[in-house]
Parts: sequence; C-alpha cells; structure tokens
Amino acid sequence: MKTVKTDYLARVEGEGGVRIRFRGDQVRDVQVRIFEPPRLFEAFVRGRSYAEVPDITARICGICPVAYQMSSCAAIEDALGIRLAPEIGELRRLLYCGEWIESHALHVFMLHAPDFLGYPDAIAMAREHREIVLAGLAIKKAGNAIIRAIGGREIHPINPRVGGFHSLPPRSALVELIPELESAHQAAMQALQWLGRLNYPDYEGDYEFVAVDGGDRYPFIGTGLISNRGLNISARDYDAHFEESQVPHSNALHSRLRARGAYVCGPLARFNLHFDKLSEGVREAARRLNLTPPCYNPFKSIIVRGLEIAFALEEAIGLIRRYHDNGDAFIAPPSAASTSTGYGVSEAPRGMLYHRYRVDSAGLIRDAKIVPPTSQNLASIEHDLARVAPRMISLTHAEATRLAEQTVRNYDPCISCATHFLQLTIER
Amino acid sequence: MARAGKPKLAVWKFTSCDGCQLSLLDCEDELLEIAGQVQIAKFVEASSAAIRGPYDLSLVEGSITTPDQAEQIRQVRRQSRALVTIGACATAGGIQALRNFRNVPEFIAAVYARPEYISTLSTSSAIADHVRVDFELRGCPINRHQLLEVIAAFINRRRPALPNYSVCMECKRRGTVCVMVAKKIPCLGPLTHSGCGAICPAYGRGCYGCYGPAQTVNAKALADAWEAAGASKIEMHRVLRSFNANAAEFRSAAETLDENG
Repeated sequence: MKTVKTDYLARVEGEGGVRIRFRGDQVRDVQVRIFEPPRLFEAFVRGRSYAEVPDITARICGICPVAYQMSSCAAIEDALGIRLAPEIGELRRLLYCGEWIESHALHVFMLHAPDFLGYPDAIAMAREHREIVLAGLAIKKAGNAIIRAIGGREIHPINPRVGGFHSLPPRSALVELIPELESAHQAAMQALQWLGRLNYPDYEGDYEFVAVDGGDRYPFIGTGLISNRGLNISARDYDAHFEESQVPHSNALHSRLRARGAYVCGPLARFNLHFDKLSEGVREAARRLNLTPPCYNPFKSIIVRGLEIAFALEEAIGLIRRYHDNGDAFIAPPSAASTSTGYGVSEAPRGMLYHRYRVDSAGLIRDAKIVPPTSQNLASIEHDLARVAPRMISLTHAEATRLAEQTVRNYDPCISCATHFLQLTIER
Repeated sequence: MARAGKPKLAVWKFTSCDGCQLSLLDCEDELLEIAGQVQIAKFVEASSAAIRGPYDLSLVEGSITTPDQAEQIRQVRRQSRALVTIGACATAGGIQALRNFRNVPEFIAAVYARPEYISTLSTSSAIADHVRVDFELRGCPINRHQLLEVIAAFINRRRPALPNYSVCMECKRRGTVCVMVAKKIPCLGPLTHSGCGAICPAYGRGCYGCYGPAQTVNAKALADAWEAAGASKIEMHRVLRSFNANAAEFRSAAETLDENG
C-alpha cells in the first residue's frame, strides 16, 4: 500500500496535514488532518458581557477578524432586538470590503498563485514575476488602508462594537483613500488577465453551493442563506438544516447539510449564486475570461477571488462617495428583558460564517456557537482530494504533494479558525 | 553563493490566530526589501520551502498549549541564535490563558462532542516559561513598525529601541484628550504597555489592555479611578482577564480585585 503524506501544509493559515492512502491504483482513504490545537473560544465567551464578544471572537483569526466581529455583532444585535441605522450597515459593508480585498490579495498573489507556477512562495515568484507580486502587494495594502481608517488597525480592529462603531471616521479620512483604491482597481483588472493565462487542471466537482442571501446586493452581511439546490432559510433556522460532527483525525469539526451532506461555501458559491449582482464591469471581465456561472472547477476560485477583489474595490469607492460622518456612531443597546437567542451570518472572505449567542437579562453570554467557513468546506476538500488523487499515481512525490496542496488551497482554508490544518501523507 | 551570507530568519507558530506573523506579510512596502536582506529560511504560512537551522533570528508566535509544543519550543531554542516572541500569546499565554483560571475538561466538552479525541494542556503558557527568550514584542496584535525595528535590531546585533512606558504617554504624544478625565470612559491605559499608538482612546473608547502590563503600574489607584468613573470592579476584572490575563501584573491586579470583593 502506498501513502502520500504532507506533514505540514504550507501557505495556509494554521496547522494541518493531508494523508492519502492508495491500494494499487485505488484511493483507499483521504484525511485532511487538523492538528492546530483546540482553541475553545465558544467556552471563553460564556459568562462574559456581550459587549466583549466582538473583541474576543476577532482573536479567532488574524486574517479575517472583521468577519468574526461582523457575525458576532449581527447575532448579538439580533438577540437584543437592535435595528441598526442604514448608515451603520453601509459602513460595516465598507469595512468588510477592506477585509475581502486584503485577505483575497494575500491568498491569490502570495499563497495560491505560486502553486500554479511551481514556486515555493511569492518571494521566489517575485524573482521572475516581480510586477504581479508588486501589484498584489499594492492591492493588499489598499484593502488594509480601508480597515485601518475605519477600524483603527488592520488586525483585530478596535472600532466595531455591538450597535455600530465606537466612533465614525471623518469623511475626509475615507475620501483621501479613493486615489489608492482606484489605482488598486486598475491593478486588479490587469491581474485578472494574468490569472486567466494560468493553467487550470481539468476538474469539476458536483457541489451544493451555499451563500448568504444578500437581497438585491452581492452578499456581505445578511439574515438568510440560499443554495443552488433549493435551500432558502433564515439564519435562525441554521441548526435545523446543518449539523456538525467530530472526526478522530481532526481538531476541527466537519459541517454538513442534514438533508444532502457536503456543501461548499466561499467565493465560488457567492459567484455562482449571486453573479447577477456583480457590477457590469466585473461581469464583463468574467465573460472575457470565459468564466460564467455555474462554474464547478474549484481551481478557478483563484480567478473568482480576483473578480471579487475588483468588485470590492468598486463597491468601496461607491460606499465612500456616499458616506457621511454626521450620524450617530452607535445605537445604545437596550437592557435585555429576558434571556434571548440571536443569530448572525456573514460572508468571510473564505465563506459563510455563522454565529449564535444566548444572552441573559444581565447581558452575559450563556451559550455560543461559531461555525467557521473552513469547517463547512472540509468535507468537500476531502471529496476533491479523493477525486484528484488518481492523477497522483503517475506523479513524483513532490508533484503529487504540490497537486494535493493546490487542491486544498482552492478553499483558502483557515485552520486557525477551524480549530476551534496541513501535513500530506500519501500511502501507495 | 552570495545568499549564504545573509542572516537566516525563521517564523514559528504555536497556539495562535496567525495575526502576528501576518504582520510581517502586512509590511507590503518593505517585504521584498526584507527578503533581500535576510534569508527567510522557514515561514510555513508564507512558503512551502524550508532551509535547515541554525537560524540567526527566530520569531515565535503563539502560546504553549500541548505536550508536543512544550518539546518543540526547546528544539526551536536550540536552533536559534536569538529568539524573539511576537505578540501576547507567545509573551503572556494570550487569550488562551483564560483556561488557566477555569476547568479545561469542561471547556472542551462545551466545544467538542467527543472530548476523548482532543489532546491539550490545562494551561496556556508563555514561551519564556519554557525556554530563554531574548526579547518579547508585545501586543494583540503586534505593531508591524515595531516588528521591523526588532528584525533590524537583531540582525545588526543591537537591542531594539522600543519604549516600555504606558499607553498614557502615547495619548499625550498623539494629542488625544484623556477619555477617562474628559468623558468618564473607563480606560486601562495607565496600566498598559505602549506600542499600539494609543488607538482606542483616539476612537473614543477606553484602552482594553491588549499590549499587556507596562513596566511600573499602580492597579489600586486605577481601580479607584474606575470606580469614580462609574465602572464596577467586575468590569475592570473582566478587562484584566482578557488578552493578557496571565501576565503577572494583570493577574495580580485581578486577584486583588477578587480579594476586595
């Protein structure tokens, strides 16, 4: 029996590995092993004030702290019955655009693109593709500039709070970002052509795609979930439709749809479900790359991230132009009359992020549930690996490892988030 | 080969959110220049290539929460000329140290349906509890400008020039009016190590101590000031028991509040 094994998956956030075992030419089993130590956040927030939760859950992930803050705030506001002023919702959308731009640029240019060209990292890639790496860094910087202006800092922003923000950034501090965002948009549109010329493995999966229902807009924060196979539910009904199970080889839980099993969330899901809500310019760019929904090739998620970067930059520029700083920064939360439960869903860069909190009348958290996107995609990552694995038989171990890692990276897994991941073992 | 002469930098991860090592990738303007001056020999989050030690400088993120990690950090120390911890997890146990004050099996049962599959220690401890540390860079997360200073200092074999006064000094330098005096917003700034640039008060909220304790602190005086601002001891206790809960000065300040009810 042969085994292909990667002890530590590189260029992913957090620690994990992959083990693929073969019997002859048949794939025997695939395990994505997550050994990032358990991080127990759902237990840490118990007994804490609801006001502390966005600061605590941000620490689940240094790459997508805004997502954790936004899903936390949405769920707690739901529990407390707070209805946000529309302007606050728009400023949160702008902050979230910053995180998509920063996180996608990191993944596309620094982590995933080197797989397609056979480099160990972006620094080695920069020796022959300096322009594209510099463009990626400039785009990433523009995203971070948005987060810093609104949130106070790029990692673990301090300004978001339940009910809104501690303070509204002055309009001038956002308007002055527009030239940098416009130039990043131009760089992103050019980078899309470069991404379109990469070699894509000929592979398609049979997926159910799940994403937040964004109403008539491309989704960031929402109240419902939809899929390409008829799911259409309120976030409040998440637990009735999804289940999480624990597997011995992983410190991350696996999530499934109770009715149909594995599913996919993230950029490909959003693109396939919400293509019509992208701007005309981004849709046209997608068509020029022959990429229109439905797309079932997970390797092309790197192009979709590029499209979402361009979209988020356009969206950010529009949101800044419409922004005014003369409203209230937050709505003071009412004191809870009795214990109540709130639900929040939003679109982290790597996919849907579900939070649920039970808040008591003293404002303390009694119970919390957090389902990160990587837990939701793990079952599909294992399915993809099992279907790609037969191609590994004819490859050298180094090539097989690279294909396995690239397959995992299609999902931009965030292992730190999911443990509450990567190493490749291929037994042949 | 000319590259062989460059100092070797390694980045290590223990239990953490990856945010502090991301700070290195967030140096968008400086990253390629850094890569020109040092050999990034091991950085799993950014590269699938790794060069064997010994390393001139190891940056260590995260706290020790498993038996394997306690062994691995000793191996990292043996391979490193200088070892610098980056961030609150590596320096004080981080948010994970909340487990030090509670019942861990109960915590695991709250998160995992099959606790028997999970291997973890009952404490989250700082790197310095296990091995000698040459410098501790504070913050949850660290400040990337301070990280660049630390890298430059160790490569040039000098001490980093980073102040250890409190956040209050940074508010003065930034021209922020004291939120506690002017708006009666409870603020942990007087107890908290500088480095962030006093962001929170500039955004109209009190400091919540994410850079850990400053060098000399007077927790009793601050507790009285919090009370005068209308904040309860329970609130101050909560702030102390957050991202640097196991840092000695914060731990003892919280315990003093416990004793005084």
